[in-house]
Amino acid sequence: MILVVCEFDTKLKKSALEILGAAQRLGSSVTAVLLGTGAGNVALQAAQYASQVLVCEDALLAGAKNLAQAVSDLSEQAEATLVLMAGSRGGREIAPRVAVRLDAPYLEDATVLSSIEGGLQIQHYAYLARVTETLEAVAPIVVCSVKPNTQVVAELNSKTGEIFEVELELNASGVTVLGRTVEKTSRVALTEASLVVTGGRGLGSPENFALIESLADVLGAGVGATRAAVDAGWRPYGEQVGQTGKTVQPNAYIAVGVSGAVQHLSGMGKSKNIVAINKDAEAPIFKVADYGIIGDLHAIMPALIEAAKKLR
Amino acid sequence: MKILCLIRQVPDAEAKVKAALGKVDLDGATMALDGMDEYGVEQALRINEGGANTVAVALGNTRFEDAIRRSLAMGLERAVHIETDLLLDVVSQAQILKAVVLEEAPDLVFVGGQHADTDSQALGAALAEALGWNQVTWTTELSLDSGIAKATHDTDDGKESLELALPAIITTQQGLNEPRYPTLPNIMKAKKKEIRKTTPEQYGITNSKVRIVSQEIQERPRLNKLLDGKDPVAAANELIRLLHEEAKVI
Ligand SMILES: Cc1cc2nc3c(=O)[nH]c(=O)nc-3n(C[C@H](O)[C@H](O)[C@H](O)COP(=O)(O)OP(=O)(O)OC[C@H]3O[C@@H](n4cnc5c(N)ncnc54)[C@H](O)[C@@H]3O)c2cc1C
Ligand SMILES: Nc1ncnc2c1ncn2[C@@H]1O[C@H](COP(=O)(O)O)[C@@H](O)[C@H]1O
Repeated sequence: MILVVCEFDTKLKKSALEILGAAQRLGSSVTAVLLGTGAGNVALQAAQYASQVLVCEDALLAGAKNLAQAVSDLSEQAEATLVLMAGSRGGREIAPRVAVRLDAPYLEDATVLSSIEGGLQIQHYAYLARVTETLEAVAPIVVCSVKPNTQVVAELNSKTGEIFEVELELNASGVTVLGRTVEKTSRVALTEASLVVTGGRGLGSPENFALIESLADVLGAGVGATRAAVDAGWRPYGEQVGQTGKTVQPNAYIAVGVSGAVQHLSGMGKSKNIVAINKDAEAPIFKVADYGIIGDLHAIMPALIEAAKKLR
Repeated sequence: MKILCLIRQVPDAEAKVKAALGKVDLDGATMALDGMDEYGVEQALRINEGGANTVAVALGNTRFEDAIRRSLAMGLERAVHIETDLLLDVVSQAQILKAVVLEEAPDLVFVGGQHADTDSQALGAALAEALGWNQVTWTTELSLDSGIAKATHDTDDGKESLELALPAIITTQQGLNEPRYPTLPNIMKAKKKEIRKTTPEQYGITNSKVRIVSQEIQERPRLNKLLDGKDPVAAANELIRLLHEEAKVI
């Protein structure tokens, strides 16, 4: 049995539908787990994809330590052979703790999953995403996190799963949350966008990012930034793409005034198409580009926005 | 306050990574202290100025000594090197490191937020769980006051400020600080600093729970259709046409 730990807000997050999909395709029976306030509200939705849904709304279900305890307790009770979690920041904080509790192998940030005799084989990226590794673990129970946007979402089951409310014995975690800020964007979320337009230091000023935003709005794209643009205070950190920012894999990634440093490539190098606009023909970004224009972005971008508008 | 910094030696970001016969080949690659670990070393040195009671802990092969010396040259006091050629899974690493942490009894342990070789974010969390400690991941701000840490960290959709009691694990993120460069006199001093050597076997770990089946460099072939932007309008129109008709992405 595969235990699938689902992320949700008012409904299941895309990451949850993706790992439910991965679990369905691995062919074993699927138990969805919903932990925390509001879990009950999404139980019916989860029951359409899993044969069993375990729900717990205990107020102590917050923080990595308690969530990890809940997941490991439930996987032991349910005799799971595989625990799947989202490869979000949150998921990748909890999953290793679950593995330690279960003394289980942990496979991290999988892009491809396949069953093997007595265990699991995965692919994932290493060396700042320059290398694809195949890993395998054979054990009574394996813990695996799955890279967002790599899995086809789950299919509706013909039969609705059973929903169970479960009780857990948790203690206060010892961590107090003093405050939270959620970065909102009026555009499509960067990690879910099928098109991304990213600006780098070449933009020269925060005002010039209007060029990036206009193109993004014409195309319905998400907006990204390099670390250089974020460090300069031109853009919020939530827009940063790369090793220490977000990882994206859109159909097309349009990089404007971006040199293409390894740390940036590690966050976007798997994009299906890469488009670069840079005045320096030697910029490393052109080496990984499918399409590009060598020229001054101040001249190119207005023309590109006009050309894109004509398409609409 | 006593502080441990877990460090790793990884290929330099600019190094060309090669793979042959299904295995990454690091012979000849320039290796360096992981940039994410430098943030932890720097923060330790800001908390304990002069480096008193700061210890580097490294789990890896002989070549890790270069990274250890670098952290000592930045200013850490001494080091523990658990020397091994084994590539261990993160749970096994956490079991070994737990034993070292218990020997050293620090108040705070810094761990790199994501390692530049395994691309893993797991070690800080795994070690925290092995120790039964709390932890802050992707930490961008940290202040300490009589055994209580206040930290701000990056989450999936923004930021969060937390308060927690020590001991704790802090994993690093860009923005935490600007790591210093070692000075020449400090590089010389670092050569004489103590590196205590031990092995995983001393902690009862002899094999990994995860097997590396293969490592490949899968570069997506790129079309490399580059247009000259001297005539911006013509180039822009052609690019939009290519994206629409050929790539079919807009
Ligand atoms: C530990 C670590 C983690 C990091 N993580 C990240 C990360 O997550 N994300 C990230 O992006 N970086 C990261 N970096 C930084 C990375 O190494 C680069 O410094 C950064 O990506 C550079 O950003 P950039 O391309 O905007 O700027 P630059 O490298 O300065 O490039 C600007 C480009 O704009 C071009 N340009 C200038 N003017 C024009 C014009 N008028 N028209 C057209 N083109 C123009 C230039 O030719 C140049 O290629 C990290 C570094 C370290 C050490
Ligand atoms: N505002 C700018 N205008 C033109 N070129 C720039 C600008 N900012 C950075 N660059 C180029 O980006 C590359 C890296 O610059 P840097 O690392 O900032 O010194 C160099 O090739 C610079 O010429």
